Amino acid sequence: MLLYILKRLVYVTPVAFGVSVVCFLLVHLAPGDPLSAVLPADATQATIDEMRAAYGFDKPLPVQYAIWLWHVLHGDLGISIATGRPVLGEVSRAVVNSLILASVATVIGFTFGTLFGFVAGYHRNSLADRAASALSVFGVSVPHYWLGMVLVIVFSATLGWLPPTGAGPDGSGNWRPDFDHLRYLILPAVTMSVIPMGIIARTVRALVADILSQDFVEALRAKGLDERGVFRHVVRNAAPTALAIMGLQLGYLLGGSILVETVFAWPGTGFLLNAAIFQRDLPLLQGSILVLAMFFVVLNLLVDVMQTALDPRIERA
Amino acid sequence: MTAPVTAASMALDGGLLTADDAAPEGAFVSSRGFWGHVGHRLVRDPVAMGAGAVILLVVIVAILAPWITPMDPYKGSMLRRLKHVGDATYWLGSDELGRDMISRLMLGARLSLFIGVTPVLIAFVIGSGIGVLAGYVGGWTNTILMRTIDVFFAFPSVLLAIALSGALGAGIFNSIVSLTFVFVPQIARVAESVTTGIRRRDYIDAAKLSGASALTIMRVQVLGNVVGPIFVYSTSLISVSMILASGLSFLGLGVRPPEPEWGLMLNTLRTAIYVNPVVAALPGVCIFVVSIAFNLFSDGLRAAMEIRQ
Repeated sequence: MLLYILKRLVYVTPVAFGVSVVCFLLVHLAPGDPLSAVLPADATQATIDEMRAAYGFDKPLPVQYAIWLWHVLHGDLGISIATGRPVLGEVSRAVVNSLILASVATVIGFTFGTLFGFVAGYHRNSLADRAASALSVFGVSVPHYWLGMVLVIVFSATLGWLPPTGAGPDGSGNWRPDFDHLRYLILPAVTMSVIPMGIIARTVRALVADILSQDFVEALRAKGLDERGVFRHVVRNAAPTALAIMGLQLGYLLGGSILVETVFAWPGTGFLLNAAIFQRDLPLLQGSILVLAMFFVVLNLLVDVMQTALDPRIERA
Repeated sequence: MTAPVTAASMALDGGLLTADDAAPEGAFVSSRGFWGHVGHRLVRDPVAMGAGAVILLVVIVAILAPWITPMDPYKGSMLRRLKHVGDATYWLGSDELGRDMISRLMLGARLSLFIGVTPVLIAFVIGSGIGVLAGYVGGWTNTILMRTIDVFFAFPSVLLAIALSGALGAGIFNSIVSLTFVFVPQIARVAESVTTGIRRRDYIDAAKLSGASALTIMRVQVLGNVVGPIFVYSTSLISVSMILASGLSFLGLGVRPPEPEWGLMLNTLRTAIYVNPVVAALPGVCIFVVSIAFNLFSDGLRAAMEIRQ
C-alpha cells in the first residue's frame, strides 16, 4: 500500500508541475501588459518601467517562472494588485467558505443520489427508476445559475422564507455554524447539490443493477441469506466507486462554484475569482486558480488511494 | 434450402429484417450497414426523436430569427418595461429595457447555440486528431501528448473555462477559444483510448501487409472505426458546453450587451426578480430545454450505437 501511494505521488508530481506552468502562463495570456489595468492611462514610461521592474515583469519568462515558483513553494502567492494584501490570505479565507458550501452540497447530493440510485437499481424499470433517471438528466442538464435564481424567486422573493444572498445577517462576511448563518447556506447548497445528485444517482443505479445481476448475489440468496444481508453485500460492493465519485464531485463543486457563488453573493473562491477577473487583478486570479487546481489534484490523489484501500479487487500495479 | 434459413434468421432478429423481405436473395440479407442500423434504432426511440425535434425546432428558429421575430428585438421603451407574460403586445412580456422578450429569446437562440455548439465542433476535430495520433503511434508521442492532456484534467472544467476567458478578456471569440480548450483534452482522452483499443486488430495488420501507408491506415481503418464513439461522446458534451457558454455570458465574460444571448439576458434580468420573476426566469428555461434535449438525444444516440453486444 505504501509503495502504491509513493507511485501515485511520483505520478502526480509532473501533473502538479504542469498545473503550475499553466497557472503561470495564464497571466501572460492576457492581452497587453498585466500592469496596464492598474496604471493610469497617462503614466510616464519611467513609472511603467519602475512598476514592471518592481513586479519582475521585465525579466525573461522562464526566469519569471522560476522566481514565481520559488515564492509559491514558500507560501508566497504575491500581492493582490487591487487590495495590496497578500493573495494567500485572501484565497485561504475564501477557500474555507467555498469548502463549507461545497461540502454541504456534496453531502446533500450524495445522500439523495445514493438513495434514488439504490431504489432505482433495485427496482429496474419501475416508476422509481424512471424518476431517478429523470432526476439524473435534470441534474446534469439544468443551468445551475438559473436554478439558483429560480430558488431565490420562489423561496426569497415570493415566500420570503430564506434570505436571497450573502453568507449571514452581516452580509458577505465569514460563515459561522449557527442558526442565523445556516439559513443563508440552504439555498446555495441545495442549488449546488443538484449536479452531484444526478451523477451519483446515475452511477449508483448502474452499480447496484450490475451487482444484483452477478452470480454471487444469487449464491447468497441460495444459501438462505435474508434480503438485509444481501443488501449489506451490495452496499459493500458499491461503496468504493460511489465514494470515489463523491470525492471527485466535491472537487468539481469547489472549482466550479463561481456561477452559484455569484448568484448568491457567497464570499468564496468563485466570488473572489469574479472580482479578480473584473478588476484585472492578475496575481489574485493566478493564485486562486493555482490553489483550486492543486486542491483538485490532491483530492484526486486521495480519492484514488482511498478507493484502492477500500476495494481489494483493484490491483495496485 | 434457403427458405428455412430466412425464417430462422427473421425469428431471431425479431422481425427487424422485414423490410428486406422483398429482396431476391432473402437468405443472405445485406445489412443496412452500421450507420443504417443506428439510424433505424434511433427513429424507434421516442425520447430521442422528441429531443431531436426540439433541437431541430430551435435551430430553425435560430436561422430564421431575423425574419420571423414579431417585434424589433433591440428597440426598447422605458414606458413598457417588464410587461408580464400574456401581454397583448408582448406575448412573453418585456425585459428591463422594455424590449420584446419573445423576439429577444428567438434571436438569442442564434448566439446561444453558436457559442455553445462551436467549441464542441472545433474540439471534436482537434481532440480526435490528437487522440488518434497518440493512440495509433503510441510510444513517446503517446506519453508526451497524454501527459500534457493530464495536466488539463487537473482543472475542473468550469474553473478552466472561467480562468481562460477571465485571462483572455470578455468577448464571443475568447469564450469560444476557452471552451474549446476545455473540451479538447476530454475528447482527446476518449479518442486515444478508443484508438488504442483497435490498433492491434487484425484488419490493421491486414492493411499494413497490403502496403497501405501509415497515413492511409489512420484515415481509413482507424478513423473509420473510432469516429463513431468519439462523435457520440462529443454530442454528450454539447449540453455542458451550452450551459458553460451561457454561464460565461451570465458572468459578463461572453456576449456583450445589447446582443441578445440567453445567459446574458438572465444576468441583466436578475434585477427584475422581485418585479417580474416569470419573465426574469424565461431565458434560463430556454437554456435548460435545449441542454436537456441535447442530453436526451445524445443518450439515445449512444443506446442506438450499442448494437454489437
